[in-house]
Amino acid sequence: MGTARANWAFLLGYRFYVAAFFVFLAAPLIAAGSFAFNDSLFPALPWQGFTLDWFFNDTEPKLGMFHDRRLLRGLYYSFVIACGVSALSVFVGTCNAFLFVRTDLPAKNFFYIVMIVPLVIPGVILGISILAMASQFANGLEEAHGIELGFLRPGLPLVVLGQFSFIATITSLVITARLRKFDATMEEAAYNLGASRLRVLTTITLPFLRPAMIAAGIVAFLVSFENFNTTLFLVGSESPLTITMFDRMAKVGSTPVLNAVSFFLMIGSGALALVSVLVQRDRTKV
Amino acid sequence: MSQRDIKRLTLFLLFAPFALWILLLIVLPHIGMGYLALREKIGPRQYEFGFGNFVEFAMEPIYWNTLLRTGSMSLLVTALALIVGFPIAYYIAKIANYRTRGAMFLLCLIPLWVSDLIRAFGWILLLRETGVISSSLQAIGLIDAPVELLYNDVTVVIGLVYTVMLFMIVPLVSTLDGMDNSMIEAGYNLGGSGLTVLRRIIIPYAMPGIVSGCIIVFMLTAGSYLTPILLGGKNSSWFTEMIYEQFITRYNWEAGATFGFLLLAFTSLVVWLGLKLSRQTLAGTVARS
Amino acid sequence: MTSGPVSDLECANISKNFGPIRAVDDVSFEIPSGSFFSILGPSGCGKTTLMRMIAGFETPSAGDIRIKGKSVVAAPPNKRNVKMVFQHLALFPMMNVFENIAYGLRCSGTPKSDIPGKVQNVLDRIALPDVGQREIHQLSGGQKQRIAIARCMVLDPDVLLLDEPLGALDLKLREAMKIELKLLQHQFNTTFVYITHDQSEALVMSDRVAVMNNGRFEQIGRPQELYHAPTSAFVAGFVGDSNRWAGRVVDADAQSAKIETADGLVTECAQRAVHSLSGGDAVDLFVRPEFIAVGRQDASREGAAAGGTTLTGTVDSILFNGANSRVLVRSASNALIEADVTLTGGDADFREGDSVALTWSARNAMGFRSDGSRAGGTAGGNAA
Repeated sequence: MGTARANWAFLLGYRFYVAAFFVFLAAPLIAAGSFAFNDSLFPALPWQGFTLDWFFNDTEPKLGMFHDRRLLRGLYYSFVIACGVSALSVFVGTCNAFLFVRTDLPAKNFFYIVMIVPLVIPGVILGISILAMASQFANGLEEAHGIELGFLRPGLPLVVLGQFSFIATITSLVITARLRKFDATMEEAAYNLGASRLRVLTTITLPFLRPAMIAAGIVAFLVSFENFNTTLFLVGSESPLTITMFDRMAKVGSTPVLNAVSFFLMIGSGALALVSVLVQRDRTKV
Repeated sequence: MSQRDIKRLTLFLLFAPFALWILLLIVLPHIGMGYLALREKIGPRQYEFGFGNFVEFAMEPIYWNTLLRTGSMSLLVTALALIVGFPIAYYIAKIANYRTRGAMFLLCLIPLWVSDLIRAFGWILLLRETGVISSSLQAIGLIDAPVELLYNDVTVVIGLVYTVMLFMIVPLVSTLDGMDNSMIEAGYNLGGSGLTVLRRIIIPYAMPGIVSGCIIVFMLTAGSYLTPILLGGKNSSWFTEMIYEQFITRYNWEAGATFGFLLLAFTSLVVWLGLKLSRQTLAGTVARS
Repeated sequence: MTSGPVSDLECANISKNFGPIRAVDDVSFEIPSGSFFSILGPSGCGKTTLMRMIAGFETPSAGDIRIKGKSVVAAPPNKRNVKMVFQHLALFPMMNVFENIAYGLRCSGTPKSDIPGKVQNVLDRIALPDVGQREIHQLSGGQKQRIAIARCMVLDPDVLLLDEPLGALDLKLREAMKIELKLLQHQFNTTFVYITHDQSEALVMSDRVAVMNNGRFEQIGRPQELYHAPTSAFVAGFVGDSNRWAGRVVDADAQSAKIETADGLVTECAQRAVHSLSGGDAVDLFVRPEFIAVGRQDASREGAAAGGTTLTGTVDSILFNGANSRVLVRSASNALIEADVTLTGGDADFREGDSVALTWSARNAMGFRSDGSRAGGTAGGNAA
C-alpha cells in the first residue's frame, strides 16, 4: 500500500511538473500575442478592452501593422529571403541526399560530417565570416580591376546565402533520411517495366521524396523567416522583419503593433508547421 | 557514353552543389575570417601579419572574462535544459498515451517555429517593471512598488533555457521513442529500483540523444545574441555582443574576426571534449535528430 | 546452336565476376517457350546475379544472353522484353493498383484509350477484377503478389522472371500461392523463370529445374529426375531429405558397389551411369528416408531385395509429424538413421526402444565419389 501511494504521489507530482512546464512554454507566447488585442498604447496591463486597431487601424498613434509601411516592407523582404533560401536549400538538400545515399563518393563519411558542421557553427560566426569574405573579395576586385559587384556587399543576396549556409544542412538531413527509406528495387522495377532513367526519377523517386521536400522547404522557410543572428551582419538597407522588429523593440515605448506582428507570425508559422506535419504523415507505407 | 561515364558524370553533378556550398560559404569564409584575425592594423590602410589581435585579447581581462563568462553560462544553461527537459521528454515518449503524446510533441514544436525575437519579447512583457508579473503582484498586494525582473543574470539564464529547451527535448524524445518499453520492464523485473533503471538502462540508451541535444543547445546558447541583449540589457557581457560591437559599431573587423575565431575555437573545443567524454560521434548524434 | 524452334530464353556460357569473386561461372541453358523453369540453389549461389543479368541490371563478364534468338546483352533493362517480379514485389506505393499496372503501358507509349481496357483485362485474368482503384497498402499479401505479376504480364513479356516472390509470405499462403502461380503460368502461357532456395517450391511448380551451386549449374532436369537421379552429391543432398554418410568403397563391380561408412554400416549401392565407383573410392552415400522400410525385428523378414541392405537397430526417438512422421533408429554400429513410417495412433505403432529392422534396395542408395566438397544438406535438415 505504501509503495502504491508513493507511486501515485510521484505520478501526480510528475504530471504537475509537466503541466507547469507547458505553462512556462506558453506564457511568453501568450503574453506576446494577447497584448495585440489590448486597446492601449502600451503592451502592458491593465487590460483596456478588446481591439483590432493594432492590425487594421490606419492612423497614428494606433497605426495597425497592415498599414505600417516599414513593417510591411520588412515582411516582404523576409518573405523574399525565405522563398529564396528554401528553394535553394531544398535543391541542394535533394542533391546531397542523392550524393550521400546513391553514389559511391570517396570519403563519404568525412563529407557527411562536413555537411553537418554548418549546423553547429554559431550563426553569428557564419554571419561575420561570410561578410568578411565577401567584402574582402569585393574590395580586392574593386582595387585590382575596378569592378564593383553589388551582391557581395551586405544586402538581400548575401542574407540569402548566409542563411542558406546552415539551412541547407537541415534540408539535407531531412531529405536524406527519407531517401534512405526508399526501396531502390522500386526504381529497378520501373526501369524493368520500360521506363527511361529520367522517367524513373520523375515518376517514382521524386514523388516518393516529395513529402520530405515539401516539409524541408517549410522548415527552411520558417527558420529563414525567424533568423536573426546570421542576418544581422549581412543585412543592407533592406531590413527583413526580424531586424525591423528588433530595432523597434530596442527603442523604449514600443507599441502593441509589435504584438500584432508577433501574433500574426505565430499563427502563420503554426499553420505552416501543421502543413509540414500533415505532408510528412506517411501515406505511402507499403 | 558508357555506363561508367554516366556514373561519373552523375557523381560530379551531384557533388558540385555540395562542394560549392561548403567551399564558398563555409570553408573560404572561415579562411577569410582567419586571415582577418591574423592581420594587425598598424595605421590607416596599413597592415601587418601576426598574432597581435590575439595578444590584445589576452591582455585585456574584459575580453577573456566575457568569453569565459559566456562559456560557463552556456554550460549552465545546457545542464539546466537537460535537467528540466529530460523528464518532459521521458513523459512524452514513454508515459503519455498515444494521443496526448502527439499533441504534446506538437506543442513542443510550435514554439520552435516562433522566432527567438518574439519569445524574448514575450518575456520582456512579462518581466519588466511595468510588466505582467510586476503589476499582477502589485494588484494582489504582495509588493507595493513595481519590481524590475529584467536585466539580471538569472533572467538571462531562464530566458536562454527557455529559448533552447526545444532543441533539447526533440532529440531526446526521438531517441527515447526508439527504446523498447520491455527494456525498462526487464530492468524492473530483474530487481532494479527506479533510480537504478534510470541510471543503468534509460540514460545509457538515451545517450546519443542527450549528447546531440547538449551540443546543439550549447552551440545555440554560446552563439545567441538576442536573448542576452534583450533580457540582460546592454551590460549583459555576452561574447557575441562584443563581436557585434567590434564589427558594426567600431568597424574594427580585425578584432571582430579574432573574437569570432576565438568563440568558434572555444565552442568547438567544448563540443569535442563533450564528444570524447561521452564516447559519441558527431555523425551518430546530431545527424540523427 | 539454334536448330529447331527458337527458345524464349537462352544463356550461353555466361559468367560474372565481382572483382576476384566469380558469382556466375560458365552457365548455359535454354528454356523452351511457355515452360516453367526454376533455378534452385542456396543463398549466395549466384542465382540472383544470374537473374539480374537476364533482366539487364548486371552485365555479364562473358557469354551471351538471347531472347527469342536475339542477343540482348547490349540492351538496357528498359529495352528488354523480360519483366521481373521482385523479391519484395516493389509495387509503387504512391500509385493505386490501376496506375501500377498502367505504368509499363504508359512507358511503352500505349495509346491512352487502350490502357483501361488492357488493365481491366489483366485484372480479370488474375481474378481480381475490382481492385483497380485500391491503394497498394489495402491489398492482402496474396493480392499484392498477383498485382505484381499482372503489372508485368500486361506488357506481354517474352519471359517473366520471379525472384523468390513467395519468401515474404507466411507458410499457409505460400502453399496456396505455389499452386496459384503454376495456374497463372498455364493461363498466360508465358515462360516463367523462377528463382528460389526452397526446393519444394521448385519441385511443385516447375517443368524443369536447374540446381545451382557456387556459380555453376550442377544439374538441369525435370523435378523427378533431380530427385531420383541426381548427378552429384550436392544435388542429392540439396533436393529432398536424405540420410547422408561418408564412406569408402570396399568392393565394386559393373552393377553395384559395396560401401562401408565411417559409422560402420555396410550397404550395397547400384552403379550409376554418370558416376561409376571403383574399389577404394571415398564416397558420399545418400539414402532417402522414404525408401527405407522399417519392420519389427521379431516379425518374419521379407528378405532383402537382391543387392539390398538390411540392418537392425533400436528406435531412438519418434519424430511425429502427421503423414510425414519418422523414426530415428540407432543401428548396432551406433549410426543414426532416419526412416519414414506411418503412425496410425494404434497399438502397432513404433515406440522408443523397439527393436527394428531397416531395409533398402541398392537402387535407392546413391553413392557419389567425394571430391572434398561437403556442401549440401545432411540427413533430415536440408539447407533452407
